[in-house]
Amino acid sequence: MDFQYAPAPESRSIVDIRSSYGLFINGEFVGGKGEPFKSINPASEELLADIACADAADIDDAVRAARHAFDTVWGPMPGRERAKYLFRIARIIQERARELAVLESLDNGKPIRESRDVDVPLVAAHFFYYAGWADKLPYAGFGPDPKPLGVAGQVIPWNFPLLMLAWKIAPALAAGNTVVLKPAETTPLSALLFAEICQQAELPPGVVNIVTGAGETGRLLVEHAGVDKVAFTGSTEVGRAIARSVAGTRKRLTLELGGKAANIVFDDAPIDQAVEGVVNGIFFNQGHVCCAGSRLLLQESVAEEFLASLKRRMARLRVGDPLDKNTDVGAINSAAQLARVRELSQVGEEEGAERWSAPCELPERGFWFAPTIFTGVTQAHRIAREEIFGPVLSVLTFRTPAEAVEKANNTPYGLSAGVWTEKGSRILEIADQLRAGVVWANTFNKFDPASPFGGYKESGYGREGGRHGLEAYLEH
Amino acid sequence: MTLTAEVARSQGALRTFLHGLPGVDQVGAEQRAAMLGTRSIKTTAKAQALDLAIRMVDLTTLEGSDTPGKVRALCAKAVRPDPADATCPSAAAICVYPAMIPVAAEALRGTGVHLASVATAFPSGQAPLDVKLADTRAAVAAGADEIDMVISRGAFLAGRYAEVHDEIAAVKEACGDAHLKVILETGELATLDNVRRASWLAMLAGADFIKTSTGKVQPAATLPVTLVMLEAVRDFREQTGRIIGVKPAGGIRTAKDAIKYLVLVNETAGPDWLDPDRFRFGASTLLNDLLMQRTKMATGRYSGPDYFTLD
Amino acid sequence: MSTETPARLAVRKTYKLFIGGAFPRSESGRSYQVHSPSGEFLANAALASRKDVRDAVKAARAATGKWSGATAYNRGQILYRVAEMLEGRRDQFVAEVKAAEGLSRKDAAVLVDAAIDRWVWYAGWSDKIAQIHGGANPVAGPYFNLSSPESTGVVGIVAPADSSLLGLVSVVAPAIVGGNTVVVIASEGRPLPAASLAEVLATSDLPGGVVNLLTGKVAEMGPWLAAHMDVNAIDLTGVTDPTLGGELEVAAAENLKRVIRPSSPDWAADPGVSRMLSLLEIKTVWHPKGV
Repeated sequence: MDFQYAPAPESRSIVDIRSSYGLFINGEFVGGKGEPFKSINPASEELLADIACADAADIDDAVRAARHAFDTVWGPMPGRERAKYLFRIARIIQERARELAVLESLDNGKPIRESRDVDVPLVAAHFFYYAGWADKLPYAGFGPDPKPLGVAGQVIPWNFPLLMLAWKIAPALAAGNTVVLKPAETTPLSALLFAEICQQAELPPGVVNIVTGAGETGRLLVEHAGVDKVAFTGSTEVGRAIARSVAGTRKRLTLELGGKAANIVFDDAPIDQAVEGVVNGIFFNQGHVCCAGSRLLLQESVAEEFLASLKRRMARLRVGDPLDKNTDVGAINSAAQLARVRELSQVGEEEGAERWSAPCELPERGFWFAPTIFTGVTQAHRIAREEIFGPVLSVLTFRTPAEAVEKANNTPYGLSAGVWTEKGSRILEIADQLRAGVVWANTFNKFDPASPFGGYKESGYGREGGRHGLEAYLEH
Repeated sequence: MTLTAEVARSQGALRTFLHGLPGVDQVGAEQRAAMLGTRSIKTTAKAQALDLAIRMVDLTTLEGSDTPGKVRALCAKAVRPDPADATCPSAAAICVYPAMIPVAAEALRGTGVHLASVATAFPSGQAPLDVKLADTRAAVAAGADEIDMVISRGAFLAGRYAEVHDEIAAVKEACGDAHLKVILETGELATLDNVRRASWLAMLAGADFIKTSTGKVQPAATLPVTLVMLEAVRDFREQTGRIIGVKPAGGIRTAKDAIKYLVLVNETAGPDWLDPDRFRFGASTLLNDLLMQRTKMATGRYSGPDYFTLD
Repeated sequence: MSTETPARLAVRKTYKLFIGGAFPRSESGRSYQVHSPSGEFLANAALASRKDVRDAVKAARAATGKWSGATAYNRGQILYRVAEMLEGRRDQFVAEVKAAEGLSRKDAAVLVDAAIDRWVWYAGWSDKIAQIHGGANPVAGPYFNLSSPESTGVVGIVAPADSSLLGLVSVVAPAIVGGNTVVVIASEGRPLPAASLAEVLATSDLPGGVVNLLTGKVAEMGPWLAAHMDVNAIDLTGVTDPTLGGELEVAAAENLKRVIRPSSPDWAADPGVSRMLSLLEIKTVWHPKGV
């Protein structure tokens, strides 16, 4: 029988999107002095809202507000009081979870199943986790009386807009810093709703400031002399520029950058779960994941069988309306990103790799790319080296564990890796040898506020999450 | 030599084969099953799913207190689940103890509803082989066209795979033309690795269906167990070309649950298994919930148990 | 004619580089004069070139596998062995530090003792840093989740300019105890104790290439070290020129090296663990728990 699931759209009426948004500075929404820009729904190209753009003067205002709040309110406030604000924010996020999830899917293009079941619950959990640290900092292992750094300038990407905001703001605030955060140009809406949540939580003005804009706004923020700490998540290219810009200053810096993770499947792997893990590793969030398992390393003895299973599984992926509760793969976040995914896929074909895309009907409007794998890829191919940041998997093979490790590590990146095998001792040894900050063994793309996340090598430095995540926001 | 014959050659060959199957990561399997459980099946898809689920029900009574009256009532229910609605399909089968077969056979004659009987010293399976075979032959002779046998879990857990295999093969032979459903009693197998191995063992030995549970042991059917069994039948077809059916039994009580299983079937084994010949629900109370949901779809109102027969 | 034996002519020491466990001269053939703070000529030191930097990085990279793969216990034993060797040559180092830093014998002895004790202190950290800085994370799911510190890789170090031995030890030991290998540019003006320390390291079971020591000009070698794409971290502690410090940090950004900025700490104080932690990565491993 042909079992077609009827459309099951999540109602968007739960979220009230204003026609325009200002900057959130010192507890209030204010106009921006830069040229406003538009945020659109990438699944339909429909206009969602006009967004203010912060210029240098606006950044000045935001940093000044953050400094004032740090000096007068947030810095001196006892940790237990800061904690209660963060717990309050966590609770409001839980209460408004559905609203946040719908807004995130509208602005980002990710499936509602993911924003509802992954992003937003993790956001609330992150605030809940760090809330508990605010009054326990002397026990965090960074000295008996660790001090906050001051004003943190934070720039986040568009792939997990609200989750990355939580990863930045929760530890900063728990440690006693104030923040000026710039969400990505294409996905500012959930951060602006978060600003409303700060108001609802009666967070003192200036503790959290949200400034919207494009790359130039971000540059103004990280280069601002009044910023004590810079935290950035995004591309390695921009991370490099930021590292240069803070050189010779006293600003502290943490970077969470790109990746080209190897997902290594041995012939004794739990195959069905490995197929799921590989699918989750690269097609979760349309592959817009810095730690995506974008290189599949298959042991040759199982490669053919595994690829057949993988293709069969990919054929069942449901690509389409992000608000449909049954959608597995949503829209590419922007026209620019779609162009990049297309370009690199084209390069993959030109370099002689064999392309296979899941048979699926793509909507006419919006930015879409069918889940795709390339086989016959070698380490020399660009699609095996460059981060595509889309639903494109490069498949390579190996014969021995040593070869798998060598290929996995043969990249300037070092964010994450996956290993699939039922043999415990092999997992431990391979995990030891992989040069990556997160190693998922017999699972992939798992995140938790208690678990530190961050890269080796050109994937950046510093960790977010867990006790380790506090270090970036404390003087010690 | 076919795969079936080659593997079944000896205890050693069976063991090597079964232990060579890929492992099952419990957490991964549970998460996959749970994720499929979040599929939202609405409107036309739901109406379609409810009717299909009704057609897949093996309406079951396996109680010491079963009487001819009870069984006759159940047969009537299987044939016409919703007497008020002629468009409502019949259930797939009635499933009873051997003693009740003559009554059921009489009640079901000419209706197209199958008659299944448990056999082989159900539910424990703790009887000598000749008794199990006699049980089976008697059930078939009395009119059952489907036999639900139990495997010897003790022998399986002790690693005596050949013994389990040969017993299933012997029962299959005793079935003649009747279809054989092999109950793995997954609640006693404890691990998903064992579920996968037992599924393959049963298929290699000639099962037409593999079934999760007797309903007498907790846990009975679960989504992760059924997922692993669906993967097994999918892979068995790849290797042998033969399609084996799957029957989760016990613990499936609501239409919502049943639809989750159908999603699992659709996205694991594939649409070929969305057919009463290849997928069944072993259940009793499920049918009424399916009927209530069906009525809700038709009338737009929520229904209540008073409007459906309690058999 | 006098039959007296003439006074014995001393055998002078040639101060060389230390690369991959060997003691080469600079491949450039250059050397420079080293004077005491009061201007007295002490010796010639090798004036290392960019090619020596390149060779040193290559040696350091080659040593990473063995050193980071050694057990923490083994690394601790070797670092302790360094302290033992240093203790045996205490008088020599007192004399060299005295000369290099223009101190009294007594003050120099305090610094040498502190340097020896610092090796002992760091030796003990080898199998403890992972315990205080790693551990299980209680994630909300059926997963084993463990974070452990691991070495960053090859670390370039500009050693303190003033503290020729204690300062040097205080930047080298924390880098190698966690499994990194290092390329150190010794104090430009006071390189002789460093060159002698290399002799100690060479006889302490430390695998060749774990510590590579270059003498010469920070301004000449620093940019090559900071820009080298096979160096994972750079410790600029000893850079005294702020402009150069900024330039080296800019160069280090090219492959996103971890950077320790220039500073002049009190080397006699408790060093804490932050220097060690700055040169360690945290690796987090997840695994499902199931039957």
